[in-house]
Amino acid sequence: MNPMPSPAPVKDSVTISRRTFLATSAAAGGALVIGLTLRGRFHHPSSDVSQDPFNAWIRIHPDGQTQLILNKSEMGQGVFTALPMILAEEAEIDFSRITVIQADNADGTGGSGSVGGSYTPLRKAGAQVRETMIAAAARRWRVPLVECRASKSQVAHISSGRTLSYAALVKDARRLPLPDPNTVPLKDPKDFTLLGRSIPHLDIPDKVKGAAQFGLDVRLPGMVYAVVAQCPHFRGDLLRFDAAKAKAIPGVLEVFDIPTDPHSANKNSREVAVVATNTWTAIQGRNALATEWKPGQYHDESTESLTAQLRAGLDAQEYWNSTNTTLNPDTIPAARRIESIYEFPYLAHVTMEPMNNTVNFEGDRCEIWSPTQAGGGTQESAAKLLGIDKDKVIVHVTFMGGGFGRRFGAPFDHQAIQIARRIRRPVQLVWTREDDFTHDRYRPAGMHRLRAGIDQKGNLVSWTDRLADTTIIGQRDPRQAQSYELGAAVDQPYLAQHFRMSYVPVESGATRGAWRGVEISFNVFAVECFIDELAHLAGQDPYLYRRRLFENAATHRIAPRSNVDDKIADPTLMISMLDLVTEKADWGKPLGAHRGRGISCFFSKTTYLAQVAEVTVKDGNIRVDRVITVVDPGMVINMNGIRAQIEGAVLMGLSATLKEQITVKDGMIQQQNFNSYDLLRMPDAPQLETYLVEGGRPPGGIGEPPLALIGPSVGNAIFAATGKRLRKLPLRLDEVSA
Amino acid sequence: MAQLALEINSRQQTVDADPEMPLLWVLRDLLNMTGTKYGCGIGLCGACTVHIDGTATRSCQTPVATAAGKRIVTIEGLAANGLHPVQDAWIAEQVPQCGYCQPGQIMSAAALLAQKPHPTDADIDEAMAGNLCRCGTYFRIRNAIHHAAGETHS
Repeated sequence: MNPMPSPAPVKDSVTISRRTFLATSAAAGGALVIGLTLRGRFHHPSSDVSQDPFNAWIRIHPDGQTQLILNKSEMGQGVFTALPMILAEEAEIDFSRITVIQADNADGTGGSGSVGGSYTPLRKAGAQVRETMIAAAARRWRVPLVECRASKSQVAHISSGRTLSYAALVKDARRLPLPDPNTVPLKDPKDFTLLGRSIPHLDIPDKVKGAAQFGLDVRLPGMVYAVVAQCPHFRGDLLRFDAAKAKAIPGVLEVFDIPTDPHSANKNSREVAVVATNTWTAIQGRNALATEWKPGQYHDESTESLTAQLRAGLDAQEYWNSTNTTLNPDTIPAARRIESIYEFPYLAHVTMEPMNNTVNFEGDRCEIWSPTQAGGGTQESAAKLLGIDKDKVIVHVTFMGGGFGRRFGAPFDHQAIQIARRIRRPVQLVWTREDDFTHDRYRPAGMHRLRAGIDQKGNLVSWTDRLADTTIIGQRDPRQAQSYELGAAVDQPYLAQHFRMSYVPVESGATRGAWRGVEISFNVFAVECFIDELAHLAGQDPYLYRRRLFENAATHRIAPRSNVDDKIADPTLMISMLDLVTEKADWGKPLGAHRGRGISCFFSKTTYLAQVAEVTVKDGNIRVDRVITVVDPGMVINMNGIRAQIEGAVLMGLSATLKEQITVKDGMIQQQNFNSYDLLRMPDAPQLETYLVEGGRPPGGIGEPPLALIGPSVGNAIFAATGKRLRKLPLRLDEVSA
Repeated sequence: MAQLALEINSRQQTVDADPEMPLLWVLRDLLNMTGTKYGCGIGLCGACTVHIDGTATRSCQTPVATAAGKRIVTIEGLAANGLHPVQDAWIAEQVPQCGYCQPGQIMSAAALLAQKPHPTDADIDEAMAGNLCRCGTYFRIRNAIHHAAGETHS
């Protein structure tokens, strides 16, 4: 196996773009260099450099070693293995000869978009490599191109049996024009030999040795450590602090106040930085500050007040709607009607590595080491804050101890840069776990009110969904709500003759953000539990009921929903997922007392999924015993990595389903650490069975979609076991709805 | 501040530290041994797990002075040469995702296997309940512990 793809340390002095530098210096060293452009779902708009359109590079050196310089962040999702696999496949490069190098300023990793978004650009660039090598060999041998084949980093002349390694061809290949990436021929997927196999992750050996460098592991000569006393109140402010008390502690070097990040919950206020020779002493210094804070405009906010606002939002004037009818669906004649309200709480990301970054601002240059999903954004904000040119800022992206949407910069970037500017020596900003819990950008809290009418056969005559939530960005821009709040609800895959969804954002002092899956973690819970309710209302098996609704959808055309991107699931593929998961789960086979099975299915980011959970509900405890998940992501790149992502998403989703909840009191977050916000632990982890189907489409998203199913699977299984329908997350047997 | 003699990974070291400073921060910030991770500071996540005289111990709850004169083993020194069987099993089962909690998981698992070479699932639940993993690798951790114990698993 390969050398490890650790983020490369950077020692070079650069004034030109780091990316251009890497590429041109390698070219000067005799490498064949091919640039490509990889975009993410959350690409920072300013990270496109007009004179430098490429943001990823392939370098093939004269010794045959190949480097893939990636502008993606590795947070455990396996892109540092999956993406070089795509290159190796298309370029016919021996996979063991590829090393991944983390590009500086890498930007916009998230939204389950790295594999799907990079698949075609990497294949085109890989094909450029392959065709150039073939062309170089054909010229050397003076034979027609069609007589040559490439594989395993060499070109063979079929009839004569002659071979030349890519290494031997680099020099010639450099002189040839690269084929146009838009017309270069791509391999037929049926000829793939690497993609779809189970390949060990390249970063794992260092991760089991404790040698992988995360953001908190950066150590620089002369480095000091900082913590920040941050206002516990939403939009509160600093009243006073006692710097002398902190400075009296040996090892505390400096204490000063800094302006807060204008984009944070505590904008337009100040906070206190404590700099010390080590992290623990900095924390001791902060404890000694005797800081006093002033509550802000949200001082009355509580989970109870938010619940009341959300409930009011269910009947308030809508900000946005989508419908396929001019009629009010609730007034359409139906054989039976039901209404249910589903609730979901604020959640914290809880990456195991708390927020941090390390900054060295020296002269007019700023170097930052950051575990970030958005290095380009950090680069941009550092340049702005320091008043220096963007090219004078380099963001080295380290491994990150979990991302999940948390690592998009603010406000820790702002804090660390302010501190570095003041002290002018390398400094590592450390957020304690308490900082992390109390100053997160929380997954929104909210409610769905679902109403439906069915006919005698159970067909959906009407479907009305009102979502009220503490929006991620819908309040700033209601039109944007569709991108961040409504997915998987407004485009839920079931056929409803009369459909209407509406949305009301609710104000809160807590900062909100994207949490793995963004809106799907709460929307799919409501939709898939409600469908289960409708199945029981119709007196039908929940699997067969869903199946029949999809059969109807496959054969009936109804008016499209307005205001919706056209990304509706193919009903026949939903059926095949349901059929497979029920077969694997022995659906219908009795489980015995206190036990039950629940089913759910979902389509997102071109990936199809279905799941069955088995639970035991006994003595007031919910125990999830076994979870069977079937996934059709279109195609599999790395079987090992995709299974890991599915397993992990299921368990993170289960943690939220059973355990997690952020609450608010007096305008402050109440949870400080794992003693008040526990996560799923080993004894709670069920048996996982995961089955992959490859439907022959380009690779779809995988990091987030599997997370959405476990909530409804478990909720529906609890209903099957007990007859009790739980509609409030986290699921509690003694649930009392608000 | 005090001069403290520590035996870390079979090496004698002297550190100049506040005796109350948790071993975690002595390792990470004074000795630059960053394999042992900070996760919560209150002994509830297990990321900081080291062995002290062979027992899995939360280094964030261990004032450095109380570790003086004892055998401290960190992830960097778990295997005298190459990899410890638990580390090999972690690679074979492809356990880590983000990897941040894994040094602590491995230290807890290695201590378990030293005590019980053939742990049951219940033993694993008990020994590993103090180690959090946000990426959700518990299923593979369980398999890897059985793997290291030389057992096949489902």
